[in-house]
Amino acid sequence: MKLTKTLMTTSALTVAAAAAFAASHGNMAGSMTLVSWGGAYQNSQTKAYAEPYMANNPGVSMTWDESSAEAVAKLRAMNEAGNITWDLVDVEAADAIRLCDEGLAMEIDHDEVLAAAPDGSSASDDFGDSIISDCFIPQIVFSTTVGYRTDLVGATPPTDICALFDLETYPGKRSLNKRPIANVEWALLCDGVPKDEIYEVLATPEGQDRALAKLGTIKDQVVWWSAGAETPQLLADGEVVMGSTYNGRLFSAIAEQNQPIGMLWDAQMLDYDGWIIPEGLPEDRLARVMDFLKFATDTQRLADQAAYISYGPARASSAPLVGTHAELGIEMAPHMPTDPANSQNVFVTQYDFWADYRDDLDAKFQSWLAQ
Amino acid sequence: MSTLKGSGPQTFDGPTPDDALHEAAALQGRDTEPRHGKGKAAPMLAADGTPLKKSLRRALRAQKMRALLLIAPLLIFILVAFIAPIVDMLFRSVENEIVADTMPRTVVALRDYDADSGEVPGDAVFEAAYYDVFIAAERKLHTRLGTRLNYEQTGVSSLFRKSGRGLDDIGEVYQDQFKDLDGDWDKARPWAELMGDPEWIADQEAWDKDKDGSMPRFRLAEGISDLLPRTAEHYRIFARFAQVEEGDSPLKEEPWTAVHTALYQDLAEVDVSSYTGPGAERLKAADALVASPGFKTVNFKEAFAEIDRGWTEPAIWQTIRLYSPKYTSGYFLNAVDMEKTVDGIGMRDENERIYGLLFKRTMFMSLVITGSCILLGYPIAYLLSNLPVRTANLLMILVLLPFWTSLLVRTSAWKIMLQQQGVINDTLVWLGLVADDARLVMINNQLGTIIAMTHILLPFMILPMYSVMSTIPPYYVRAAKSLGATNWTTFWRVYFPQSVPGIGAGSILVFILAIGYYITPAIVGGTTGTFISNRIAYHISSSLNWGLAAALGTILLAAVLILYWAYDRIVGIDNVKLGG
Repeated sequence: MKLTKTLMTTSALTVAAAAAFAASHGNMAGSMTLVSWGGAYQNSQTKAYAEPYMANNPGVSMTWDESSAEAVAKLRAMNEAGNITWDLVDVEAADAIRLCDEGLAMEIDHDEVLAAAPDGSSASDDFGDSIISDCFIPQIVFSTTVGYRTDLVGATPPTDICALFDLETYPGKRSLNKRPIANVEWALLCDGVPKDEIYEVLATPEGQDRALAKLGTIKDQVVWWSAGAETPQLLADGEVVMGSTYNGRLFSAIAEQNQPIGMLWDAQMLDYDGWIIPEGLPEDRLARVMDFLKFATDTQRLADQAAYISYGPARASSAPLVGTHAELGIEMAPHMPTDPANSQNVFVTQYDFWADYRDDLDAKFQSWLAQ
Repeated sequence: MSTLKGSGPQTFDGPTPDDALHEAAALQGRDTEPRHGKGKAAPMLAADGTPLKKSLRRALRAQKMRALLLIAPLLIFILVAFIAPIVDMLFRSVENEIVADTMPRTVVALRDYDADSGEVPGDAVFEAAYYDVFIAAERKLHTRLGTRLNYEQTGVSSLFRKSGRGLDDIGEVYQDQFKDLDGDWDKARPWAELMGDPEWIADQEAWDKDKDGSMPRFRLAEGISDLLPRTAEHYRIFARFAQVEEGDSPLKEEPWTAVHTALYQDLAEVDVSSYTGPGAERLKAADALVASPGFKTVNFKEAFAEIDRGWTEPAIWQTIRLYSPKYTSGYFLNAVDMEKTVDGIGMRDENERIYGLLFKRTMFMSLVITGSCILLGYPIAYLLSNLPVRTANLLMILVLLPFWTSLLVRTSAWKIMLQQQGVINDTLVWLGLVADDARLVMINNQLGTIIAMTHILLPFMILPMYSVMSTIPPYYVRAAKSLGATNWTTFWRVYFPQSVPGIGAGSILVFILAIGYYITPAIVGGTTGTFISNRIAYHISSSLNWGLAAALGTILLAAVLILYWAYDRIVGIDNVKLGG
């Protein structure tokens, strides 16, 4: 009898507490699970978005899951199991398209969900081209580009991308991504294909063979990487003289770790990274996610993030607000892939092309690698 | 597995239920056989009058049930959490329902299509495809199907994505014309009254979200599907979709444009003059409009061609037709570097073949790794089992130490050791054994994988060997020597045969672990040292081609089982011991 009474009082209290929490938070869940990439990038998100948000909303707790690399597969599995445990997932643009295609990510109305720019222009105008899918809420622009050892490339450091294929001037090993993307574009560019015809050429079997043949000229000098951290490490060890990786990784090797590394901005491959909301969240969790999203993707927050990592904010209105590095105090704007001085010759990843040709090109690429 | 029978429950030391049964049988035999022979013997009876054998069996059955109940939680756990997911995953290697589920009409319409003809199918197929892709797009399934078919034909992914958006235009042509004639054609309520059963309309109106739970299921008005078959079908699909997927009342939602297309098609064919139900006037006016010469129509084939030229090529229709059955061998063919085309099954292009090579490489390298583990592990296990306990314990800790270190740390350590600017190369250059510009390449190739994996898997070889060797009585060796055998003969004829079960157990463990390894080969394997599991991991987490991953996994599993069977035939599985 006593036990029942205690139980009932406790549950009544719990219900009352939950109701009070709901009332003060407009029926929003009190906790969120965010998925990101870990490392310096996740740290920049924690500092720029999550900590200020939690300061404004005491009582909300956030859990981070470092699973972005497997996000698509895991979301698919969660969806099949009927139990979505994630609230907000950070993915690359190409993965966002796939999640949207598979119906695993929620389609949103960007103007309705996201904050407008300070000058009043709508979110979709402010984000512009970076909204590559109805499910995608962009955060940053990053690029895949090439870094080199300043002390191993002789008197004339490389200035253009074709240095990758120039074994005479720059002998030594190179590290390249173990996926075709970026590699095949650079190969064709350096094989004399005009930049605006590259994807046309790459769509033909002859063009694909041509790209692989060009890569074949340096094949025995290439170390293939599968994680972005590998190239900076290989450069630091002197294992390779140059290699491709993400621009933020190179920035941290150069500016934060003072390694003898220089970087090329020529023919950098621009790409976006951002949030998606898993499809099928319960109402209270969705309400919390929406509230967080509006805050975390506003102009100031995106500009703040650039103080911790050298990736460009996806909003046009954030660019003028980019300040200095949080610890080193250096100006961050010149280290952004979107800086006018850096973006004179850029590739913008062609998502439609890769959605169509990924399977085909990957099979050829892997078969070529294995032989 | 005939040899397994020898190691059945009756060889256990303790008594088992079966022992009692055998004893009972033996007892019965002994009592009866010598005098009368088997047939005539009167069965022994228990106290209650039933034959002893029967009552014993009944008692044992209860005992067995109890034993089964005791292991039931574990058994059910293994079935639910281990066997079932594996079976489910493997099943994906043949499952292909998505095509027939997403494009049911097209699949039927394509049955008569001669895929070899090299021609584009007729209008009926395009009509079916219009409705299928339209509905799939509303349900957001068209891009999923596009991804699936893109595995078989490059370019299908964007074809479906574009078409999902573009097909709205076809229906809008009709919708606009009907709307211009009468605004009611674009309103929810008049449509519902024309198509819906009056009783359902009343139910739906009375429905209250908070009180009644799910909506009253949409019902078509009587006779409407005889009069306007296509319109009725597509309105019903729309109404059910609104109710179930969107949670909206069809009374408040205007139908999607495919319904207008269907209405045009129906009116062009049937006579509605006898219809007197709700909206009869509107319907007759629309009928007249359709019959009028100024009425704009859209040809499905041309509309598809306008969205993307890809639809006018036979390839896409051949692919859909080829992959329309609910089960496919496509993934398995792909997993052995073959493909299904209109001309039949054939090998893939030379420059797309990869899996055969990887399977062979995985098998070969796993064997090499197992072999080097035996060579390295045998002396250590021998030492461990023959040294004084204190020294042996110290050595044992060294063997176990890698188990307590993260796999990634161990693998990365090998990277530092083996790379060209690494510890070993630096030492060799310093010693002058290797020139500075000719440093050895020991990593990012097969050698790197073999070295790192041998190191990582070595404990799995040493431990079973050690546990077998420590039970070999030392006096056998002493006896052999005292009888005049040389050291070698003693080892080879006396000691080694007794240690074979340990080698067997260790080899099976190491080989099976090696064959499915993917983290270490991914880090140190470069391009020539990667395994088939690296491709499986890629298809699971990156390309999302789970069907192909499942097919590769099934083949790998089958290969392991065949090897296990062969091992059993050649060596005998009861020669495997994990311990004394």
